[in-house]
Amino acid sequence: MKATNPKQPSIFASLIAITRRDLLLALRRPGDILNPLFFFAMVCTLFPLAVGPGAEQLTLSGPGVLWVAALLATLLSLNSLFMSDHEDGSLDQLLVSPQPLPILALGKMIAHWLTTGLPLVLISPLLAMTYRMPVDVIGVLMLTLLLGTVCLSLLGSIGAALTVGLHRGTALLSLLILPLAMPVLLLGASTVSLAADSELYATGIWALGAYAVLALSLAPYATAAALRISNE
Amino acid sequence: MWKFFHHLTSPPHFYRLAATIIPWLAFPGLVLIAYGSYAGLFVAPEDYQQGDAYRIIYVHVPAAYVSIMAYVLMAVGGGCGLIWRLKLAHAVGAAAAPLGAAFTFLALATGSIWGRPMWGTWWEWGDPRLMSELIMLFLYFGYMALRAAIDETAKADKASAVLALVGVVNVVIVHYSVVWWNSLHQGPTLLKKGGPGMDADMLYPLLAMILGFTLVFGALLARRIRTEVLYRERRTRWVRELILAPGGGR
Amino acid sequence: MTEKLSATNLTLIRGERCLFQELDFALNPGELLLLKGQNGSGKTSLLRAIAGMLSLESGEIFWNEAPVLQQRQEFHGALVWLAHKTGLKGDLTLVENLRFEASLRPQSDNDLAVVCERVGISRLKRLPLRSLSAGQQRRVALARLVLADVPLWLLDEPFTSLDRDGRHLVTQLVEEHLTSGGMCVMAAHQDVEINATVHRVSL
Repeated sequence: MKATNPKQPSIFASLIAITRRDLLLALRRPGDILNPLFFFAMVCTLFPLAVGPGAEQLTLSGPGVLWVAALLATLLSLNSLFMSDHEDGSLDQLLVSPQPLPILALGKMIAHWLTTGLPLVLISPLLAMTYRMPVDVIGVLMLTLLLGTVCLSLLGSIGAALTVGLHRGTALLSLLILPLAMPVLLLGASTVSLAADSELYATGIWALGAYAVLALSLAPYATAAALRISNE
Repeated sequence: MWKFFHHLTSPPHFYRLAATIIPWLAFPGLVLIAYGSYAGLFVAPEDYQQGDAYRIIYVHVPAAYVSIMAYVLMAVGGGCGLIWRLKLAHAVGAAAAPLGAAFTFLALATGSIWGRPMWGTWWEWGDPRLMSELIMLFLYFGYMALRAAIDETAKADKASAVLALVGVVNVVIVHYSVVWWNSLHQGPTLLKKGGPGMDADMLYPLLAMILGFTLVFGALLARRIRTEVLYRERRTRWVRELILAPGGGR
Repeated sequence: MTEKLSATNLTLIRGERCLFQELDFALNPGELLLLKGQNGSGKTSLLRAIAGMLSLESGEIFWNEAPVLQQRQEFHGALVWLAHKTGLKGDLTLVENLRFEASLRPQSDNDLAVVCERVGISRLKRLPLRSLSAGQQRRVALARLVLADVPLWLLDEPFTSLDRDGRHLVTQLVEEHLTSGGMCVMAAHQDVEINATVHRVSL
């Protein structure tokens, strides 16, 4: 077997390059970054309007509402993860590139997290304060969202890869991803609730961390396999 | 050995083989279910805590068992299909999904009915098994929806196989995360099902029901696979010959 | 070892239709494989199959006598594919697009500026690709071919959207690539005048 071309760029260089490319693309279209954030803020605003502004209600439901809103906002952004690449043919080019596809998929996931997950984490304290969440609990909320959005970007990319190019993709994507995202939601929201009740919450953080590690090690491969299948 | 295996998984051979084994699965299965239903309803003693209400386990436990088995079968079928490119394995997944969803629904419905006297509510969010079953129902729906959305059979096979494999990991995680969650909320005391602590008069009908459900599921599955195989191989010569033969399609 | 692309007994079924069956070919350095056929005859599918993106009903494609599927990365490192869709990002500039390509695939020593001059896009370097015409975008895709240091070019209708100069440029580039020991698979619906050994496959 022929050795690989010595001029072949390294795997690491390609990971950096695709992450950089997607970040640049997101910056050229800031709407893609801002829309999920507005959606997140909007859902968090709607909830008190629906159930009433009582202080006790807000403190009780705050962790859950913030988490569900973050989950839905991430879901909203996932649809476009591979869509434009599919439409302009650059996904095909990625599939025939000499770099390992899981690495390229990972690069796209990293960029997706940096442009949706991370901003959500960063604005979450603002909304948490309107839910009268104490400062130390906000810290826990941010930590769980940090780990949780990583999990959601990773899991979501599997679903996005499976549905890329399908006509009824959007609704189907939710149907595929939400069951997978359920443990993340459950762990995340309960951990924040525990912290709010000043109970021990470390287990939840560890479990979320473990989930993130598991997703990090499996999702790139599953996404790569799904992309190859979807583009046949 | 490999030759035998290859022969077994060739569609025309499986099609004929399935026709032979379906009665051998269906009849013992139905007999076992008949015995189990009778013994479960009339012979088994009342539970000292739950009275007659517990008797729903004779449907609930087997249905739940079969629903999980169907899911695992779907995932294993998908895995075999992806790795060894066995067409029959994908057909197994396609055939198992609606059956699995039906049994999952049955397990959920009976669980809910059982919950009414036990927990005083039709639905208990904190029960890990109920939640795992519910998520599994959603996964079945997702699997079938994905299949339906992709026009090309070969592509639908592979995509849904990936989903089924991811889903298996998920079901396990859902179960343990709800167990953890439940331990925080101190929900209703978990009912210990089955187990060697059961009275023999209660246990044997349950075992008969589980085995009976499994056999009937096997018969239904084999029937569905036959249809699936016939549809997928509709352009091949053996199907044409089969249909055109006298008494065609048997 | 000299490079070689070959295929035996290829059969591809898409949906209900058999696009081609029992197709064989062999391609050596300096040779062009021309896939001819009407729209929808399976030219693009065959190219995609060669690139390892479609699973075939039967048959195998070999690169240097070894099955492509067993050495996907090595094989992809030896080819560049000009598809119907250019695969370039409309929101990025020409240079950004080509730089990204350079981080995936081995690049030749050709200077970016010289190549852009050659394919007639040097004035457009700072514009987002979206604002370029279809023909200009095809020229950017041609620059990507020239910049890649790979023996095998897969070209799907390379003359699409190009003016007469552009079509002439494609012919020239392909001839140069073949003369320097490269090989090329081209799908086209009309015949192509190229000064090299041409194998023709009608689909």
